[in-house]
Amino acid sequence: MVVGKVLRVSGPLVIAEGMRGSMVYEVVYVGDDKLIGEIIGLQEDRAFIQVYEDTSGLRVGEEVEGTGHLLSAELGPGIVGKVFDGLQRPLSVLGSLIGPFIKKGVKVNSLPRDVKWPFTRSSTLKPGDKIEPGMVLGSVQETPLIEHKIMVPPGVSGTLKEISPDGDYTIEDTIAVVDLGGGKLKEIQMMQKWPVRKPRPYTKRLEPVEPLITGTRVLDMMFPIARGGKAAVPGGFGSGKTVLLQTLTKWARTQLNIYVGCGERGNEMSDALHSFLKLKDPKSGRPLAEKAVFIANTSNMPVAARETSVFLGVTIGEYFRDMGYDVLMVADSTSRWAEAMREISARLEEMPGEEGFPAYLGSRLAEFYERSGRVVCSGSPTREGSLTIVGAVSPPGADFSEPVTQNTLRYIGTLIALDIALANRRHFPAVSWLMSYSLYVESVERWWRKLFNDWLQVRNEALKILQRENELMEIVRLVGPDALPDDDKLLLDAARMIREDFLQQNAFHPVDAYSPPEKTVMMLKAILEFYHEADKALSSGVSLQKIRELPLRVKIARMKEVPGEKFAETFKSLIDEIHKTFSELIGGEKK
Amino acid sequence: MTSLSVKEVRKALSAKGSLLFVEAIPGIQYNEVVEVDLSSGETRLGQVIDVSKEVAVIQVFGGVGEIDVKSVAVRFKGETLKIPVSLDMLGRTFDGLARPIDGKPEIVPEEWLDINGAPMNPAERTPPSEFIETGISAIDGLYSIVRGQKLPIFSGSGLPHNRIAAQIVRQARVKGKEERFAVVFAAIGVTYEEANFFMESLKKAGSVENVVSFINTAASPVIERIAIPRVALTTAEFLAWKYGMHVLVVMTDMTNYCEALRELSAAREEVPGRRGYPGYMYTDLATIYERAGRIKGMTGSVTQMPILTMPNDDITHPIPDLTGYITEGQIVLSRDMHRKGVYPPIDILLSLSRLMKDGVGPGKTRDDHYQVFMQLIAAYTEGQYLRELSAIIGTESLSEVDKKYLRFADLFERKFVNQGEYERRTIEETLDIGWELLATLPEEDLKLISTDIIRKYHPRYRSKGGT
Repeated sequence: MVVGKVLRVSGPLVIAEGMRGSMVYEVVYVGDDKLIGEIIGLQEDRAFIQVYEDTSGLRVGEEVEGTGHLLSAELGPGIVGKVFDGLQRPLSVLGSLIGPFIKKGVKVNSLPRDVKWPFTRSSTLKPGDKIEPGMVLGSVQETPLIEHKIMVPPGVSGTLKEISPDGDYTIEDTIAVVDLGGGKLKEIQMMQKWPVRKPRPYTKRLEPVEPLITGTRVLDMMFPIARGGKAAVPGGFGSGKTVLLQTLTKWARTQLNIYVGCGERGNEMSDALHSFLKLKDPKSGRPLAEKAVFIANTSNMPVAARETSVFLGVTIGEYFRDMGYDVLMVADSTSRWAEAMREISARLEEMPGEEGFPAYLGSRLAEFYERSGRVVCSGSPTREGSLTIVGAVSPPGADFSEPVTQNTLRYIGTLIALDIALANRRHFPAVSWLMSYSLYVESVERWWRKLFNDWLQVRNEALKILQRENELMEIVRLVGPDALPDDDKLLLDAARMIREDFLQQNAFHPVDAYSPPEKTVMMLKAILEFYHEADKALSSGVSLQKIRELPLRVKIARMKEVPGEKFAETFKSLIDEIHKTFSELIGGEKK
Repeated sequence: MTSLSVKEVRKALSAKGSLLFVEAIPGIQYNEVVEVDLSSGETRLGQVIDVSKEVAVIQVFGGVGEIDVKSVAVRFKGETLKIPVSLDMLGRTFDGLARPIDGKPEIVPEEWLDINGAPMNPAERTPPSEFIETGISAIDGLYSIVRGQKLPIFSGSGLPHNRIAAQIVRQARVKGKEERFAVVFAAIGVTYEEANFFMESLKKAGSVENVVSFINTAASPVIERIAIPRVALTTAEFLAWKYGMHVLVVMTDMTNYCEALRELSAAREEVPGRRGYPGYMYTDLATIYERAGRIKGMTGSVTQMPILTMPNDDITHPIPDLTGYITEGQIVLSRDMHRKGVYPPIDILLSLSRLMKDGVGPGKTRDDHYQVFMQLIAAYTEGQYLRELSAIIGTESLSEVDKKYLRFADLFERKFVNQGEYERRTIEETLDIGWELLATLPEEDLKLISTDIIRKYHPRYRSKGGT
């Protein structure tokens, strides 16, 4: 292995000499404390190293030791429900080892080596079978919610020589032996390692055509995210990014969720961990933590590890995608990662791009977002998996024209723009219906049509009303609401109902937090039905005042609190009542 | 082995701003502390901020003024910046590097601690949930603070942030508990009067023996401002984690800290970020603000209340902006409210406490707290909107109900928000005032409050039911 010497220390950047023979992105151990670092550039015999731990106390002349391998994630049973830092060190293990504060130079295994997992071999496999990468050899029921499939690592193919019987094994025990041909044998363990910066292989990429049901009405109805799609959530501070992302990871209909807290608050992370233990998965009633993985690199932890935390999250996401699962990964916040890039770039004295960010900001973001997707997984049995990525962006001063937001927009399919003005009015989730968009609307429509054939129509009409409201409000601001004709006033009322009784959703309300897709559509249909009928009544001469006084409106406002399973009934009686009320009103007018 | 021989360099290459460039000798550590001896006999502290084979860059606390590069002596101490800490610090006053300035003797250190601390393991944190009653209605009722939170005050020049902070320090307590409580106060580049105001007001409250003060006035060396928040927090952590105390850290004014950071960054010729502030200011501020919280299995807590003045009252300025991205909410002061004579002049809609939901409700404050809060904000928002509207079209064209909301907004500011500087309201009193105001609105409009809570607390039913 290459051993060099520290030449210069500048914050998280270390320059070492005598490093000829190392490769870019190779992991190195820096100094007497053996701090973990990664080579990000080479020049003659000099290596530019970003160090993932605090470099205080490091001296010029201390040794830098190459490891010959790339920064890799350990993948295997023992990953679900855990909290890792950006270097995949399990934080609870660190806690019991060194106390509540993180110290440098501590090395621990990412996955426990001593735990024995109950392995069930795939019943159809027998020695002599052809083995290809990605093939499922068996599985481990890791948590009640996750069946962890044990797959042949990428790059291994041959014939099966041996496979272990059902039983308890550690992740380092050999569970299968593959004859690679030419007399070469390969032992397969339950754990595999994969370099975090390299996308994992799959057989074929598929179009994202199914929506990722999130249970958040404004997303499911107005700005859908596709399974295997990518979305960004930009918003100023206090606009509710974190709450929205946490809501997604709690309720999205997926098999596994990965929450990456990258350069964010420690208390928030701790709150998320606790609430995932408390909250129950709506389908199984099991704690949500049993289908979640957390990566926490809070804002005061070493800057360089923000990048690894993001790529670690994606790598774990791809690994579970390869099992044939639908996985959601959220990263809060990609801006902090971009800032870390900027800091390292400045120390490397690279030519700065816009606002000091490196010129490769865009391509780095692309590398990240492009790892989402719906795919046919490699190996048998044939299965489809998806990885959906949602990244938060924290634009300075809530100004979306800044480089991170703008570069992100080039790669994503759904923009969920959070508006601080809405948040200040306590309209949550503060998703702006004027700025947000989704490129997946057409592709997911087919799925929705199976539930409601008029999904798209309902959606578009509601958006049109909101758009019209925006125009009318400009007039109102100039001349007051009285100057408007009655039908416009009614439209404003309808827009208000859409905003308050449909778009607003309480993430902490036991019922309202998750709105099933059927309920979501029916809620909006009820509001529009009310509007249509009211509009008819208005043109038959019923006064606006009478319509405004209808007690029916309170019922519509309280729809949110009706549980999903009872909603079809509520909806039916509500529609009946709307029709009855208005025909009576119109009848009264005619007499 | 090298620690025995003191490393010393007797010649500097150049000096600029607060940076000293010296020839590197083997064994210099990144971030280690140095002592810089001036020919006048004065000794200043410094820190290595960049080291290579040829040059070491030293940031000198106290600045490089009067340093003669030819005769200066730089001694490398072989360790990072540490301060002595002890329980005896309570009741004492120190400068930005924890040297006593109250004329009393040096403290006897129990421990020497690195001022940079170490990041708290997020998995070892306990989510903060213990309500702190400050006795200020707007804060307790609408932006409740919990132990372990970091909640800054965003102010503007000339607004009474210091008076509010002093009132909080005087009045804050946790309901029904007598626990060891301490205040760590850091004055960062403020005027002598401001620093003095705090000291006096703490003295008046009779709580001096629970207070540790660190003072860096506008006249003190700029560079010490980089260290002072960290020194204060190191002391706070010592009291919290070693002695199980509940420590409130008040730091004023963080804007001066950020200015110092910018000055230093410019001296280092770094690529500037927005408005000349360094690109790493978010991370740097996070290493300060994130040192608040609670730890599993420990009794103490560190709660932070940093105060900053928004340059030109601009909340999108990098200093409040980056702070808001790190802290758990913010209390924003409003010049409008101040002009109206409302004390504390809190901007109701811009202020926010992110941890409130965990700290209020049955068993913590009162079962109606969260709903009353939501309803008050909603009604005030409506009132504000109508205010704007009536400014254009006049109040005549407003409906009766609209007028009620207008009146509500006024009453809310005058009765709920406004209170005396020495007035301490319990949370029950605060909520009852809220109910009085809500009772001026039509009952069917109180959509955010559930019917059983209305039955229990609405003045209409309370006076009849007698409960």
